[in-house]
Amino acid sequence: MSVRVYDLAHGRAGDKGNASNISVICYEEKDWEFLQRELTPERVMEAFRHIAGGPVRRYELRNLKAFNFVIEKALGGGVTISLAQDVHGKSLCNVMLGIELPDRTGPTAL
Amino acid sequence: MDGKDTVRIGAGAGTSDDRMVPALELAERGDIDYLVFECLAERTVARENLARTKDPDKGYTPSLHERLRTVLPTCVRRNIRIISNMGAANPIGGARAARREAKELGLGDIPVAVVLGDDVSDIVRRHPALTILETGEPLESILQRMASANAYLGADVVCEALATGAPIVLTGRVADPSLFLGPMMHEFGWSYDDLPKIAQGTAAGHLLECSAQVTGGCFGWPGKKEVPDLANVGYPFADVGRDGTVTIGKTPGSGGRVDVMTCTEQQIYEIHDPTAYYTPDCVLDITGIRLIQEAKDRVRVEGARAKPRTDTYKVTVGYADGFIGEGEVSYGGIDAVARAKWAAEVVKERLRLRGFAYDDFRVDLIGVSSLHGDTGDRPEPYEVRLRIAGRTPDRRAAHAIGFEVRAMHINGPGGAGGGCEPRVRDVLAVKSVLLPKQLVKTKVVVEGVL
Repeated sequence: MSVRVYDLAHGRAGDKGNASNISVICYEEKDWEFLQRELTPERVMEAFRHIAGGPVRRYELRNLKAFNFVIEKALGGGVTISLAQDVHGKSLCNVMLGIELPDRTGPTAL
Repeated sequence: MDGKDTVRIGAGAGTSDDRMVPALELAERGDIDYLVFECLAERTVARENLARTKDPDKGYTPSLHERLRTVLPTCVRRNIRIISNMGAANPIGGARAARREAKELGLGDIPVAVVLGDDVSDIVRRHPALTILETGEPLESILQRMASANAYLGADVVCEALATGAPIVLTGRVADPSLFLGPMMHEFGWSYDDLPKIAQGTAAGHLLECSAQVTGGCFGWPGKKEVPDLANVGYPFADVGRDGTVTIGKTPGSGGRVDVMTCTEQQIYEIHDPTAYYTPDCVLDITGIRLIQEAKDRVRVEGARAKPRTDTYKVTVGYADGFIGEGEVSYGGIDAVARAKWAAEVVKERLRLRGFAYDDFRVDLIGVSSLHGDTGDRPEPYEVRLRIAGRTPDRRAAHAIGFEVRAMHINGPGGAGGGCEPRVRDVLAVKSVLLPKQLVKTKVVVEGVL
């Protein structure tokens, strides 16, 4: 059974220079460890490969049952020079939420 | 300072284009002591600096007039002090405009405290070896094209300006959370040594600085994350205690929601390393923060930590970087995407034949790939809008893009509709350098008589 990040978490994208930061915030505390295991920087980089150069860094905010992903080279050079319509990359959080995670059988699903 | 133990600080704007009425509702019904308007994006000061070179009276945020007209009568009546970075590239000019508005509104002669010193263009010109943070190159490489250089000042100068007693404080570039921390330092006499309080105040400022983004804006999702009465979304305030307690709320009776979910999204917003968020006032660590729902639409913030501020200011350098040209046209029905793609190839070929080249060039199929790129496996939509954009130092080359896209009506594949005027805009790019604080001299002056 696959599960989307969207099913377990919400988030928001922000910009700083040419990097996008995207929060992933669990609805339920119990899902944090599952996302910690499955939503790796490598998996996120794979989902953003056609948009961003990377790399992807992941920061853990256990206190807010959240993660913060920083994706480098994601904004076409940055807000001021980007040719994109969404120069801030505000819509990119929905790429994150659309990521499918392969399996939910694990300690958190018991 | 009147020895109050709690101060209520409201956010009236989170960007120069923010809505007007929510600030008035907050002033009228929110029982606030301070109303803060954060109106400067990264490149805004550069843009306003260019406006000032054309007209020395301009260069402050143009929406200052409408914002003050909207809230000033209420703020004067209720003794609410206004703090804003709408001074942009010309805080003195902004102060004079504010005073004129007050007079025209029949509110009399209102003094305005002005923070100066963020404009460091003369200083950085004398330090061409400063390293550009984004590229590692020396500042010298963009000095010729520099349009502005502004240091992100901290809460100390806002505090100093409030100490004058002026009802309005106008600044140029000040870090967003510092605009909110300033009145806390002023009210409670906090110093930079009170790190837990500076941390709490900075975390509160970060929550407030984007206005509705903590009260249900940029949040809702039908069926998943409902936002009640989003049309009337209220703007936020923080109740801050002398001891550093912080509770976030919003205008009574307004739409939106303040809860742990909205606050969490905003707390992490635009932060990179959550243990080291650099402001001019401290290095904030949010990894110990707890958000607690105290009551409906009230969230308490606890546990912010910080390390002492660094000895440098971050400086944003704005510089001219050519032009962006763009054009759009639509296709619908059978083979809409195929015709749009064909049109894009024709436009590219015509630009090439005319001898134009571009530093960056982009074809968007709006409805397919304009926001999240092309994965190659998306279903085709019924209709699609072709958008082509390019960046170049040559204004003619920039204009040619929109010109050739519009020509798709007559000279392209069948059934093109809804083209638009060719668009060209000046590119004001920004880069950052760090400048030792000791090189920067800040100053507070008062326009008018206290």
